[in-house]
Amino acid sequence: MFSYIVRRMLATIPVMGVVALFVFSLLYLAPGDPASIIAGDTATLDDIIRIRQKLGLDQPFYIQFGTWAWNLLHGDLGISIFTNLPVWTLIKQRIEPTVALTISTLLITIPVAIPLGVVAAWKAGTWIDRSVMIFAVAGFSIPTFVLAYILILTFSIGLDVLPVQGYVSFRDGFGPFISHLVLPSVTLGLFYAALVARITRASMLDVLSQDYVRTAQAKGLSNREVLIGHALKNAAVPIATIIGIGIALLISGVVITETVFAIPGVGRLVVDAILRRDYPIIQGVILMFSAWYVLINLAVDISYTLFDPRIRY
Amino acid sequence: MCMLSRRAFLGVLLLALTAVPGAATAQSGGKTIRFIAQADLRSLDPIWTTAYITRNHGYMVYDTLFAMDKDLKPQPQMVDTWTVSDDKLSYSFTLRDGLKWHDGLPVTSADCIASIARWGKRDPLGQKFMEAVDKMTVVDEKTFSIALKAPFPLTLEALGKLSNNTPFMMPERLAKTDAFTQVTDATGSGPFKFVKEEWVPGNKAVYVKNADYVPRKEPPSFAAGGKVVKVDRVEWLYIPDAATAVAALSAGEADWYEQPPVDLLPVLAKSKDIVVANVDPLGSQGILRFNFLQPPFNNVKMRQAVMALVDQKDYMRAVAGDEKYWQVCASMFICGTPMASDAGGEQLLKGTDLAKAKQLIQEAGYKGEKIVLMSATDQSIVNNQALVTAELLRKAGLNVELQANDWGTLITRRAGKEPVEKGGWSIFHTWVVAPDMLTPALNNPMRTNGDGAWFGWPKDEKVESLRDEWFKAPDLASQKRLAAEVQKAAYDYVSYVPTGQFLIPTAYRKNIEGIIVAPVAFLWNVEKK
Repeated sequence: MFSYIVRRMLATIPVMGVVALFVFSLLYLAPGDPASIIAGDTATLDDIIRIRQKLGLDQPFYIQFGTWAWNLLHGDLGISIFTNLPVWTLIKQRIEPTVALTISTLLITIPVAIPLGVVAAWKAGTWIDRSVMIFAVAGFSIPTFVLAYILILTFSIGLDVLPVQGYVSFRDGFGPFISHLVLPSVTLGLFYAALVARITRASMLDVLSQDYVRTAQAKGLSNREVLIGHALKNAAVPIATIIGIGIALLISGVVITETVFAIPGVGRLVVDAILRRDYPIIQGVILMFSAWYVLINLAVDISYTLFDPRIRY
Repeated sequence: MCMLSRRAFLGVLLLALTAVPGAATAQSGGKTIRFIAQADLRSLDPIWTTAYITRNHGYMVYDTLFAMDKDLKPQPQMVDTWTVSDDKLSYSFTLRDGLKWHDGLPVTSADCIASIARWGKRDPLGQKFMEAVDKMTVVDEKTFSIALKAPFPLTLEALGKLSNNTPFMMPERLAKTDAFTQVTDATGSGPFKFVKEEWVPGNKAVYVKNADYVPRKEPPSFAAGGKVVKVDRVEWLYIPDAATAVAALSAGEADWYEQPPVDLLPVLAKSKDIVVANVDPLGSQGILRFNFLQPPFNNVKMRQAVMALVDQKDYMRAVAGDEKYWQVCASMFICGTPMASDAGGEQLLKGTDLAKAKQLIQEAGYKGEKIVLMSATDQSIVNNQALVTAELLRKAGLNVELQANDWGTLITRRAGKEPVEKGGWSIFHTWVVAPDMLTPALNNPMRTNGDGAWFGWPKDEKVESLRDEWFKAPDLASQKRLAAEVQKAAYDYVSYVPTGQFLIPTAYRKNIEGIIVAPVAFLWNVEKK
């Protein structure tokens, strides 16, 4: 197992190298120029050329990439063109809101979605199953921004019990920290709960038709013991996979939710950077995303060994 | 069953603990103003960039030697007294007592000279001013002189320039930075101090009252007069979603929303706690710009044809909606200001003249060349203008292709001089705030200095020579006469087409008082009751 983890960790290096080269090439080829944005609407071409020179954007591709890669190898993600702040500082500012939103969404999603999926499979074909599936379809179908506005209108404007927008660090008080996370987490949670519930149901339906489940029932085990002790454990591999994907997506940023609730997360950081062509931020964040994806995939793969003793690395 | 009940109880308890009624309003301290700014503050140097948000940041932390009042006249701000020689070639300025940088050091003459020099390398009016400057000399700690090679009647106007690039004063150690390199230390001498540690680009910028600031005694008037800070702290919030920003203002999480979109104004106006008002007396001007280097708009008759097609009412309805927020205006120098006139722009007051446009197109010998009209879908003011133009050009039988971009792409593409077959362009739209258009000295799109001109690169000697004459005009009457002449020449050449003058109202909660009527959202004098 240990050697497997080491091998997988080492494999992230070439993956990130390819991602870095790919992203840098795309940005180099894409239209847009931060110098034009900096110079402003009424600037002259000469102004833009001077700014490009100062930023080193007039250098050939291989020099720009080489400089960036060399700095990266020394642990330097670069400096934002616009804010002149280190990219790592900007990412650090955004990690806490993103991680907090991810965790709170998962805390809402998993305890709701897995039991719903299990019950729907257990009561397949009944009104309970259909109700859960209606919930799942609604979760997929309602656009995030629509649900977000409904929640804001109801709980922030109508009832005045939760804040409309923003993020407050837990260091500034647990109450405000949680209250600012409730609406965005519920908004995101509905979609992920629908997804996890559906996958759980499908996986459980498959398992519940297996002989060993019938045997367990014949032995007189209670429904709870059969469902949780036997069926759910065997159905857990696809559920763990989908939760892992969900975590990766949440950490990578959920731009619409972050935008509607004005949460300063990494998703908005990278989208804002793309719109204004702040190349060092885009490169730094996407590199970090790729590392997260690889590591979360590794964690999911390792989790399989907990659910299925046949899986060994 | 018992467990479920306990969970349900815990859930309700958690909600009760975290959801404090009126939580949003409770966050705003009595002496803190939460201001939803028009854009995200990304850079701190108002000389390095012309972003309006950075200019506004400049007004928070820096001060100016002179400042424009509501009559668009320069008034002393950091300057206490000044003299000018009879031959108008020598100015002497003495700074007010008690001016200090945020780091506690006194503001000196050397700081001001370095700041003027840096501004003069970037700002078009500053460049013109510096051409006239022979030398700037420190007389003593508080006094400096400027010797000119030739009289420059706009000296005080230049030093008190209201909008981009405003000549903000910086400490000499910062002002010596190359003008094309960003200054990242926001140490100024203005009424607020920037709290860099709390700056989260894309989310929030924080300012606190500068307790050492000594305001002038005069009442505030535009950027001039006493900058009396009446709150302890100002938080600039960046809320990218307009509906959320409106909800935040309604819920009391914000006190002032600088530029709500026009379609949401009726929602705000219905609230008993919110005031929707126009505090910008000048507004902005919509712009239609040609590529003068490429067919078909390298032909003046084609440009005149487009001008004959323009009905500003169509553009303004698309951009600003309600008629109370816009006006038809034929002046390139903003209606309601000293240099305004209709000279040469009478066609714009009449609206679309399709017959005349078709006649001009025929005279131009138009052979169906493709017209690339660039739009930016993420900028509604740009996009709405482009949609109107596309429709008008099609009506006139022109071969127009509306190309959708984002703003970042548009402003890069417009720097290209290639023909349309190689990715070039023919027309783009933008808009400029009124303070940047008030005179021939400020109005950059009007200029026709070829390669040195704004994108599109028009070249016409007459416009430029009349503009040069305007700089030398000794009094207001001569300035007005020459402004009308330069505008007439610019319209004859059609250096650009104004698509109308519009206002962007603001919205604030009723407990906010003292907002200064001005083209820039100033935060001094504002109180939170």
